[in-house]
Amino acid sequence: MKKGKILGLEGSFAVAEAVRLANADVIAAYPITPQTHIVERLSEMVADGDLDAEFICVESEHTAMSACVGASAAGARVFTCTAGQGLELMHEVLYIPSSMRLPVVAVIANRALSAPLSVWCDHSDMMAIRDIGWIQMLAENNQQAFDLTLCAYRIAEDNEVLFPTMVHIDGFYLSHVIEDMTLPDDEEVAGFIPEYKHPFALDPDKPVSMGCYGPPFIYPETKKAQEVAFENTIPKILETWREFGDLFGRHYALVEKYRMEHAKIALLTMGSCSETAMLAIDEMRAEGEEVGLIRLRLWRPFPFREFREAVKDVEVVVVLDRCVSFGMGGPVCSEVKSALYDLRKKPNVVGFIGGLGGRDIPIEEFKYMIQSALGKVKAIERGEEIETEMIGIRE
Amino acid sequence: MEEERGKEMGKEEAELFAPRLVTTEENFAPGHRACIGCGEALAVRHVCKAMGKNVIIVNATGCIEIISSLLPQTSWCVPWIHTLFENVAAVVSGIESAYKARARKGKIHDKDVKFVGFAGDGGTSDIGIQALSGAMERGHNFLYCCFDNEAYMNTGIQRSSSTPYGAWTTTAPVGKKSIGQTTWKKNMPEIAVAHAIPYVATACPSYPFDLMDKVRKGVEMGGPAYVHILSPCPTGWRYPPNLTIEMGRLAVETGVFPLYEVINGEYRLSFDFPNLKPVREYMKAQRRFRHLTDDIVEKIQARVEKEYLRLREKAGVE
Repeated sequence: MKKGKILGLEGSFAVAEAVRLANADVIAAYPITPQTHIVERLSEMVADGDLDAEFICVESEHTAMSACVGASAAGARVFTCTAGQGLELMHEVLYIPSSMRLPVVAVIANRALSAPLSVWCDHSDMMAIRDIGWIQMLAENNQQAFDLTLCAYRIAEDNEVLFPTMVHIDGFYLSHVIEDMTLPDDEEVAGFIPEYKHPFALDPDKPVSMGCYGPPFIYPETKKAQEVAFENTIPKILETWREFGDLFGRHYALVEKYRMEHAKIALLTMGSCSETAMLAIDEMRAEGEEVGLIRLRLWRPFPFREFREAVKDVEVVVVLDRCVSFGMGGPVCSEVKSALYDLRKKPNVVGFIGGLGGRDIPIEEFKYMIQSALGKVKAIERGEEIETEMIGIRE
Repeated sequence: MEEERGKEMGKEEAELFAPRLVTTEENFAPGHRACIGCGEALAVRHVCKAMGKNVIIVNATGCIEIISSLLPQTSWCVPWIHTLFENVAAVVSGIESAYKARARKGKIHDKDVKFVGFAGDGGTSDIGIQALSGAMERGHNFLYCCFDNEAYMNTGIQRSSSTPYGAWTTTAPVGKKSIGQTTWKKNMPEIAVAHAIPYVATACPSYPFDLMDKVRKGVEMGGPAYVHILSPCPTGWRYPPNLTIEMGRLAVETGVFPLYEVINGEYRLSFDFPNLKPVREYMKAQRRFRHLTDDIVEKIQARVEKEYLRLREKAGVE
């Protein structure tokens, strides 16, 4: 087992360390709060010669992602990071690496979207890009931010995967918080990340045409191929995490479970608030309630099988969304419901929206969600329509 | 008429006229789907001959991308990538940086690959100007070719900031209250010059050897280089397709599109015409201008002369 060293690191610095250890060739990024510490740290590493990379200080996030696309197509290992509005400005470009199978690795410091302007965390940015074909995973603490970023290179660049991969770290909650974590030594990581070799990189010795024009007689076939390949990334993700776990002793699952033994109610969360949710579960368990917590580690591809398995014995799933799908409730809740729809025996699902624009979600609110869910289920059984409740809103 | 022109061109043309030095190899293969008489496809062909094989091309969305890359076929015998409309210079930045970093790290051997961006006038002077400005400011080692056919031809002749004053387009239509385009053509080469890059030039496929010469200089300059290529478009300008070369010639001879280069800030006229032909000669074969009244043509004439004079002054021509 690799030991590494224990130290206190900010989440942004943990991400930068992973990029340094992966020995990225090209970094293209544009500063935006709360991602700035990542680009600042990487700039320092390049300036000090600790990371031999070309750092392209671009003039926008649209260009950041476009430059990553170009660099990746030319065979380089690339990195970018952004947040909120920056991710939205990248939106158009995000489709390119997923359709052209370029393993761009990006870290997103999740941030709310304007208006009104908010630099604080919620999941509106990541939910707006969920249908693009990027592998999306979430970290809950700085250790995971490091581990998942490192693993992202191994996953994305596997020639059986070749999909861009995004690691989500909650803005400020992780990006600006210093925590204890274990950082592996350089030589311990060396064997884990193989050299990147794209099978058709742009090279005058072997000319290829990339990004051609697809009329109706061929476009649908390209999309079918993309969808099949994308779904097939799950075994590679699991294999990478398994090997990472064997080497470094930290194990990851597509759907993480916490105190789910004999649970009748499962709370579902994503990202940094999950650790607060655990404290709520601990308190309720101590009071004799049969409750547990599940967290989606992998958001795309959606881990249908593992999710259904995780909730197969529960009566109610309580879903917290940190995003509003206006006129539709919460996006995670919608997806959870659709994931369960085909099951014969399925739990009730009650959705809440909270933590928008960096509003903290205290332990009491997690307990409130779980406790009030039972009442809502009874109302559903009486045939009443239940609206998605936004928690903590001042009247 | 040909003889007359030969005299006027004088010695510059004689120096550059070297067809035997031009390769017969086509890196932009025939069989593409461009309109008959397409000035842009011709220009691309010349550019590709000038650049040779050791090159990576990044192409914006637009006519050239559409006519050359219809799956499962391609016209490109050199590595070529298209991603979006407005990000050509950004993608080039990434590719250039990838080669630079990987050569430095010993992951590939440095084979002095040339990096080139292709875009139309919309992809350059409108939607792509930010990415281009950024790439020029950062000083990447690349050549950018703007193929200017003076409107969004691929989508059906909509006006761009590069459309000339008075021209009809489908979004600058001629009507009771409109003469067509009511703004003057954006001077994109001057915007490139303002970035203090080593090389800026204008070119036209009607002057193929001058064009190839400028492209070669551009790729060999070792910094951002910008070549703005007027590409006559029979479909959008509404002239018979056999007149493409003639249109390019007249654009230059009337002073509407002067050919010049700016090497490290120093202007040099490629061809000088002390006596410009009247702009009417250039405009009369093009139906996009046929609605213009004499007073508007005179207004255009005055503007062209003023701009030409200014350019001559910059080039130090007495």
